[in-house]
Amino acid sequence: MSATTKTPALTIDEVLNAITERHTTASALAGEFYTRIRKEDPEIGAFLTLCEERALAQAGRIDAMAAEGKPLPPLAGVPVAIKDVMVTNGVRTTAGSKILDTFVPPYDCTAVARLEAAGAVVLGKLNCDEFAMGSSTENSAYHAVHNPRDKSRVPGGSSGGSAAAVAAEMAVATLGSDTGGSIRQPASFCGVVGLKPTYGRVSRYGLIAFASSLDHIGPFAKTVKEVALVLRTIAGRDPMDSTSAEVPVPDYVADLEKPVKGLRVGVAKEYFGDGLDPEVRAAVENAIQKLAELGCEVVPVSLPHTEYAIPTYYIVATAEASANLARYDGVRYGFRAKANTLSEMYRLTRDGGFGMEVKRRIMLGTYALSAGYYDAYYLKAQKVRTLLTRDFDEAFKKVDVIAAPTCPTAAFKLGEKVNDPLAMYLADIYTVTANLAGIPGISVPCGENHEKLPIGLQLFARHFDEETLLQVAHAYEQSIRPA
Amino acid sequence: MKVTDKDVAYVAELANLELTEEERVRMLRDLNSILEYVARLGELNTDKVAPMAQVSDRYGKVNNRDENQSRHGSDRFAYAIREDVEHGLRESLPHDVAVKNAPDTDGTFFEVPKVIER
Repeated sequence: MSATTKTPALTIDEVLNAITERHTTASALAGEFYTRIRKEDPEIGAFLTLCEERALAQAGRIDAMAAEGKPLPPLAGVPVAIKDVMVTNGVRTTAGSKILDTFVPPYDCTAVARLEAAGAVVLGKLNCDEFAMGSSTENSAYHAVHNPRDKSRVPGGSSGGSAAAVAAEMAVATLGSDTGGSIRQPASFCGVVGLKPTYGRVSRYGLIAFASSLDHIGPFAKTVKEVALVLRTIAGRDPMDSTSAEVPVPDYVADLEKPVKGLRVGVAKEYFGDGLDPEVRAAVENAIQKLAELGCEVVPVSLPHTEYAIPTYYIVATAEASANLARYDGVRYGFRAKANTLSEMYRLTRDGGFGMEVKRRIMLGTYALSAGYYDAYYLKAQKVRTLLTRDFDEAFKKVDVIAAPTCPTAAFKLGEKVNDPLAMYLADIYTVTANLAGIPGISVPCGENHEKLPIGLQLFARHFDEETLLQVAHAYEQSIRPA
Repeated sequence: MKVTDKDVAYVAELANLELTEEERVRMLRDLNSILEYVARLGELNTDKVAPMAQVSDRYGKVNNRDENQSRHGSDRFAYAIREDVEHGLRESLPHDVAVKNAPDTDGTFFEVPKVIER
């Protein structure tokens, strides 16, 4: 291992340089990351499955290209890992559930395929809340994930493994999914960058569905530039996902350094109300002040229906989940309970294979869709979703990005909220709105509290305006970088 | 709207979940607590508001195929062309791959317990 390569704190650019300049090889680097995973992960729990054969085969291909002096693809040799809700051909994929404990998918998620086509080395599959349902990764049917910044605390969820792996240097970048905040909130809790793109920006083909109108795939990394690079790689129309949009993918990296002077940053009072921890408030307000110093104009805006976002989300998401999880019936794949009749098999398989939170959400969703309640719950929630989206449309007539906290608090302790599902749901209060409206959102670290726990600044932008979002996030991040 | 034991049993049947006694008790408590919270949506007047099933409805304009925002029905989704029209018929999963994860198979079919009681 040369003096210029150190496994901790490697960025994508550093990996690419090291491999291009032959200071290291993709195979050696993958080996170093696996060593680190074996050393650190027993206390963190980020990984569910390692796929060394696949990783080393990919690394070998990259090394062969480098040895022949061939031009290398844009993510050549970059060690990445994937949340276990995205299928990987031939590599066990569980969705964090026992019902898929032995499931080996016969195809790849498009986003994963695009990363590998760009040369990335997939190290393994990352732990998450079961079927992406949760805000702490404590709902994983396997084991919890411990926040690398304080191992007595949660990493956030549901993409807790994805955030923790980046924070603990066990992968240079990871993919997660965000249905109600599941990328942004763990990014905030673990002190890394996490992006939820616009709905339709990244194909959902191969993402095990939770709520089809709210699910998004997105990247985690240590810096905004790396997140921009991964987004550029995975974004774009996919004929396998009819909800993926035919909107061209800009070069998010090339445009990153555009000055942000003159951009208007909205601050919505509804995101700074009761329940917001004072240290989080102070850190986010400082960050907004920093944006003003960079030349942005800070504009008060109102998003008046914000308080209705959580109830709307928990009806829409659970209703869609009840439909999406109907397929887990023990017939074609996954766990099957022993039973004498078909209907008994369905019921015992599902009750045995699903955890409590999943069952709770299926029940809630089924109830909300059932005859007699459909109008009062599901249809009502869909109408409120329109109102919430209009709030953003109105605000974006006056501003270019909106700044807010990512979550009301820093990471809470493991076990703290497991017995109160409603308290756990309220942790998503600042993030679910972007899923309901489909707008992009990013969380970037903006400080720590007195316990040295990371705090996240959240930024929202218009549909398909990840460029502005990333520019502002990058400008902020660079402005607080130690000299 | 208070959820009763009977409601829990009925919904569990719809959802094909065989809840244990302990789970039924917890579920009753949790559902009531959550539904009480979500009932606040009733505070909003949505008489003249159209429901929003998904975000993609608005993407028609972004694709620049038609600036007219009053397009109806499936025109709005014209960009989501059927794969077999755009790309020609694609290969589907080979049979042996499709049954590879099956708990019980004879190689051709997925085998399940009997459906009809004799």
